[in-house]
Amino acid sequence: MPILETKGLEKRFGGITAARDVNLSVEKGARHALIGPNGAGKTTVINLLTGVLKPTAGRIILDDHDITDVVPHKRVRRGMARTFQINQLFLDLTPLESVGLVVSERLGSGGDWWRVVGTKSAVTDEIVEIMERFKLVDIMHERTAILPYGKQRLLEIALAFACRPRVLLLDEPAAGVPEAERHELLATIEALPEEVTVLLIEHDMDLVFSFADRISVLVNGSLFVDGKPEDVARDPRVKAVYLGEELEA
Amino acid sequence: MSISAELVSSYLKSRARWSPLEIAFWIFAFATIFLFPSKYLIMKDTAILALFALSLDLILGYAGIISLGQAAFYGFAGYFAGLIAKYGFVTEPILGLILSGIAAAALGFVTSFLVLRGSDLTRLMVTLGVSLMLGEVANRYSDITGGADGLQGVDIEPIFGRFRFDLYGHNGYVYCLIVLFVCFVIARRIVYSPFGLSLRSLKGNSLRASAIGIPVKWRLVAIYTISAGFAGIAGGLLTQTTAFCSLDVFSLERSADLLLVLIIGGTGYLYGGLIGAVIYKFLQDWISNLTPQYWQFWIGLVLVVIVLIGRDRMQGWIEGGRAYLGNLASQLLPRSAALRGTAPDGRAEP
Repeated sequence: MPILETKGLEKRFGGITAARDVNLSVEKGARHALIGPNGAGKTTVINLLTGVLKPTAGRIILDDHDITDVVPHKRVRRGMARTFQINQLFLDLTPLESVGLVVSERLGSGGDWWRVVGTKSAVTDEIVEIMERFKLVDIMHERTAILPYGKQRLLEIALAFACRPRVLLLDEPAAGVPEAERHELLATIEALPEEVTVLLIEHDMDLVFSFADRISVLVNGSLFVDGKPEDVARDPRVKAVYLGEELEA
Repeated sequence: MSISAELVSSYLKSRARWSPLEIAFWIFAFATIFLFPSKYLIMKDTAILALFALSLDLILGYAGIISLGQAAFYGFAGYFAGLIAKYGFVTEPILGLILSGIAAAALGFVTSFLVLRGSDLTRLMVTLGVSLMLGEVANRYSDITGGADGLQGVDIEPIFGRFRFDLYGHNGYVYCLIVLFVCFVIARRIVYSPFGLSLRSLKGNSLRASAIGIPVKWRLVAIYTISAGFAGIAGGLLTQTTAFCSLDVFSLERSADLLLVLIIGGTGYLYGGLIGAVIYKFLQDWISNLTPQYWQFWIGLVLVVIVLIGRDRMQGWIEGGRAYLGNLASQLLPRSAALRGTAPDGRAEP
C-alpha cells in the first residue's frame, strides 16, 4: 500500500515545465530512490512534496489524505519531513538546542513561553536517543557553525528524523561529505528504523544501488522508468541518459 | 559515548541560569536609588527608555524583525494610560499600566499582519507608516487628546494609595525600575523558553524552521504582540510618571533613538537595550551640558565610531577583560572557583 503518492503532478515556471505529469508511488516502509541527471526536476519534486512550491496541477496524497493544499509546517505534523541538499541548519544554535527545539515542537511545547527549555523529561529522553543515533553526543554542545561538514550532514538528517516522520525525504544526504566522514553517515542512513519510509534523492549511484529497493528515474521533469534496482540498472534508456550526461560532461 | 537525560537537561538549562554578572547588574541598578538621589529624573527616563528598547530587542534581536514603528505602541499606550486616568475610568496606576500594555499588545496583534509580510525594507516602511498615522489621528482628535498642546489634567492615584508621584521623581523612579525589572524577568523567561528557542531558530533560518514543523508566521505574530505590549508599558510609564502626554511620543525620532540605543548596546542578549539606554541617556545629558546646541553632533560621532570599530571587536575587548577578571578572581578565591567549576557551560553569555 502506498504511503505517499502523486497524481499528475505538474509545475510550470512561466514557460518552463519543471515537472510534468509525475505519478510517483512510494510504498510503506520502502527505501525508494529518485534519481535523474542534473536539472531533471528532482528538487522541484521534493519542493512540491513538502509544500515549498505549489503545483500547477495534480494532487499529493499522504497516507490516504490529500495534502496538496496543506502548508509546509502542517505537512511535517502529518508525518513527512525532509532534509536539504545544501545544509539548512541553525548555525547559532548547538546541535543539542536544535534537536531540543524540534522535539519540543513535536511534543507540543513549542509555544510554551514560560518553562525553561529542557525541563520536560519526555523531551530530554528523546533528545538523548537522537543524539546517540546520529552520533552527535561528543559535539552536542558546540555551535553548529563550527562543526565538521560530516557532522553537520548528520545533524541535517537528525533534525528531520526528530520530527518522527513516517516518510523521510533525504535530498542528496551524502553530497560533499569527505571520504573519511562518509562511512559514519552511510551507516547512520542504513540504520534508520524500518518503519520509516525513505525517499532518497541522490546522485551517487553506489549509494542508490546499495540502499534502495525501488528506483524511479526522472528525466526532463517526467518519470521515465520506475522499478526494482536490477531492472533499472539493465534498462537501456537509463543507461543512455546517464551515459549521455557523462559524455556531455 | 553515552549521555543521560539529566545531563542533557542541565546543558539546556545552563544558558538560562542567572550569571553572577547579571545579579551584580541588578543589585547595582537598585542601588542607584540610594546612590544618586540627585539624578532621579534622568534615571527614570533611562529606565523607561531601557524598557522601550527591550521591547525592540525582543523582535529585532530574537526574531529578526526590524521596525521603525515601536513608537506607535509607545504613543498609543501613553495616550491610553493618560485618557483612562483623565476621564476617571482607571486612576489606579498599576492596573492602568497593565491595561495600557494590553491595549498596545492588541494594537500590535492587529498590525502584525501588515508588518509580517514582505522584506526588511517593507517592514521598516509599514511600521513607520503605522506610527505616523496614529500620530496624526491623535492630532486630528485634539478635543480628546489635547492635540499639539498635549494631554493635560492626567491625575494618577498614588501607588498602593501611598506613594505619590512627586516632583523629585523618587517614587516615579522606583516604580519605573521595578516595572522594568518585572518586564525584564518576563522577557528573560520568554527568550529561554521553547518558544524563545523557536524564535532564534526562525531568525537564523526560517526555511528550515518551517521544515521542522514550526508555524513561523504565528510565532512572529506572537512575539510582535508581546513586544508591542512591552513598548506599551513603557509608554504608559511615561504618561503616568509625568502626568502628561504629547504628540511627540509618536515621532520618528522616538523609534530612531531606539535603534540607536540598540546599536550602542547590542541586540539578542536582552541587556543591550538596558546598557544602551544608560549610555545613550548619560551621554546625551553630559554632552548637552557641554554644548547644549550641538549635542547631536557628538551622539552622531559616537554612533559612527561604534559602527566603524564594530561591536564584535568591542565585545572581544569586554570578553577579554572579563576573562582577565575571572582569572584574577580564581587566583584570589581558589575555593569558590573550584565549586563553580562544575557548571557544564563554561562559556560566558554573549
